[in-house]
Amino acid sequence: MSETTVLPLENSAPPHPLKEFWKYFSENKGAVAGLYIILIAVFLAVFADYIAPHSPFDQYRDAILQPPVWMDGGSSKFLLGTDDVGRDILSRLIHGARLSLFVGVIVVTLSLAAGIIFGVTSGYFGGIYEILVMRLMDIILALPSLLLALAIVAILGPSLQNAILSIAVVVLPHYVRLTRASVLSEKSKDYVTASRVCGSGPFRMMFAVLLPNCMAPLIVQATLGFSTAILDAAALGFLGMGAQPPTPEWGAMLANALQFVQRAWWVVTFPGLAILITVLAFNLAGDGLRDALDPKMKR
Amino acid sequence: MNEKPIIQARDLKKYYSIKEGLFFKRTSTLKALDGASFSIKPGETFSVVGESGCGKSTLARLITMIERPTFGDFEVDGINAVTSDPAAMKALRERVQIVFQDPYGSLNPRKKVGAILEEPLLINTGLNAEERREKALAIMDKVGLRREQYSRYPHMFSGGQRQRIAVARALMLNPSLVVADEPVSALDVSVQAQVLNLFMDLQDEMNLAYLFISHDLSVVRLISDHVMVMYLGRPVEQGEKAVIFENPVHPYTRALLAATPHVDRKDRTQRILLTGEIPSPLNPPPGCTFHKRCIHMTNICKEAVPEFRSVGGRMVTCHHAEKFC
Repeated sequence: MSETTVLPLENSAPPHPLKEFWKYFSENKGAVAGLYIILIAVFLAVFADYIAPHSPFDQYRDAILQPPVWMDGGSSKFLLGTDDVGRDILSRLIHGARLSLFVGVIVVTLSLAAGIIFGVTSGYFGGIYEILVMRLMDIILALPSLLLALAIVAILGPSLQNAILSIAVVVLPHYVRLTRASVLSEKSKDYVTASRVCGSGPFRMMFAVLLPNCMAPLIVQATLGFSTAILDAAALGFLGMGAQPPTPEWGAMLANALQFVQRAWWVVTFPGLAILITVLAFNLAGDGLRDALDPKMKR
Repeated sequence: MNEKPIIQARDLKKYYSIKEGLFFKRTSTLKALDGASFSIKPGETFSVVGESGCGKSTLARLITMIERPTFGDFEVDGINAVTSDPAAMKALRERVQIVFQDPYGSLNPRKKVGAILEEPLLINTGLNAEERREKALAIMDKVGLRREQYSRYPHMFSGGQRQRIAVARALMLNPSLVVADEPVSALDVSVQAQVLNLFMDLQDEMNLAYLFISHDLSVVRLISDHVMVMYLGRPVEQGEKAVIFENPVHPYTRALLAATPHVDRKDRTQRILLTGEIPSPLNPPPGCTFHKRCIHMTNICKEAVPEFRSVGGRMVTCHHAEKFC
């Protein structure tokens, strides 16, 4: 049995890496669903100007707190209803996708890049440098993350940019620790020694030999970090420290509408659902990514 | 046999300092390798045998310049490899390459075979991509890999094939010495023979010298020219293969050889059972390091460290060597 299955594989050229990746990724149905939701979110964000039925800032004074279309008093003009100053919630959600994804991308890029540099160098060089970096990360981890982010934003001044920066600092230790741990476990393996014997310098060792072998957990952490970043940005927005009104950021939308939660549930529910679905989609896709990228899971 | 040696090692020693204790740390010295001198000529196989923890792999790490010896030095092609400047050391590294024991850990799982083989060229030569590819394919032919395996990942190969890749990588820079650190002990016996044959064919073809580290005496008997038996970081007996295997002198060598299984009844010798375990290199016994397990032990063995001296055509570290000649 094994003979018949192994032989044709030996003789055929290996499949294209992307094709192979998709084969393993698509086995996980949840991950595929997550990926589709992410793609839809990206599509909405990119074409928000054309898709959204109204401008996110237009206030329709004759339709304040109008319920969604399927409820009594709802109209097809505002599919998900309107908020307390008469803005179309659907349009604001669509435009909000743009902000949330932007926050996710920037936060993950910043913290991943910095985390990889600190993590790889401290794992590779060790010594005093490693102690300094790791203790600094421990200090950041020791403070409650949202509180630290709040403090940083409070110092820098409330705005979306500063919220992004502070979230990037707060999630940095996760990437540094993860990278360092993988570097330490990979460093002692024979292929690293072999590379050193044939003359690799420290730069090559760190970023061409060690880093690719440490990427799998980092990619997963980055995908999951995407959702953390969106959540944290929403939390900062909710506390008034992130996006400022009238920006249609999901967290800020929640915060502004809080006082109407008894009267008009849709004002709070839909931004909350948007956050939930997006975060869930990223988590699912992240899990699938981890399985698909692990060479040990391949057959 | 008057060629210049590739490796000339003089009294190589490697000590590690170990911190012990939780609160009151005291530093003690672990003598992983405590004085090894030898030379290897081109086209020659020099085998190092001994049980686990006797310093074989430490020796490999020193010779491949992964670590620096604590004391002593060695020359590669007549150039001192301990005191030379970094640029000269880089050139020397090309001359000495290594094949590891575990073929599953020694190949980068993220790189294709082609990239693994070309890495040494990429770092050390100015060849372009096409030339590197040509060289890699040529070496693959030489070690018995098929050309279409160039773009496969290591996990698609069996242990024996992986070891062929590892050998191919070691040969990419045309080294004069290949350090083989137990290259076949992780393989099936049938595959061991194939890989050993590959080693011997390549030696004939490229006039390679091997520093062959093993604990398998039948393998050592098959392939080596010179043998060094080590015990607790020190060579106990060193000489030509025929001399060592026909007439072992040191009690430890005699015990090792007696423990080798033989198929033929008339080849079997009286087993010499060693009692006790190898002592900790952190706290080696005084006098001869082997005296606690030696059946010929006398008082002098407990007190005086025996010298490494020439007895009957080989070097040996034993007070009573003459008795066994």
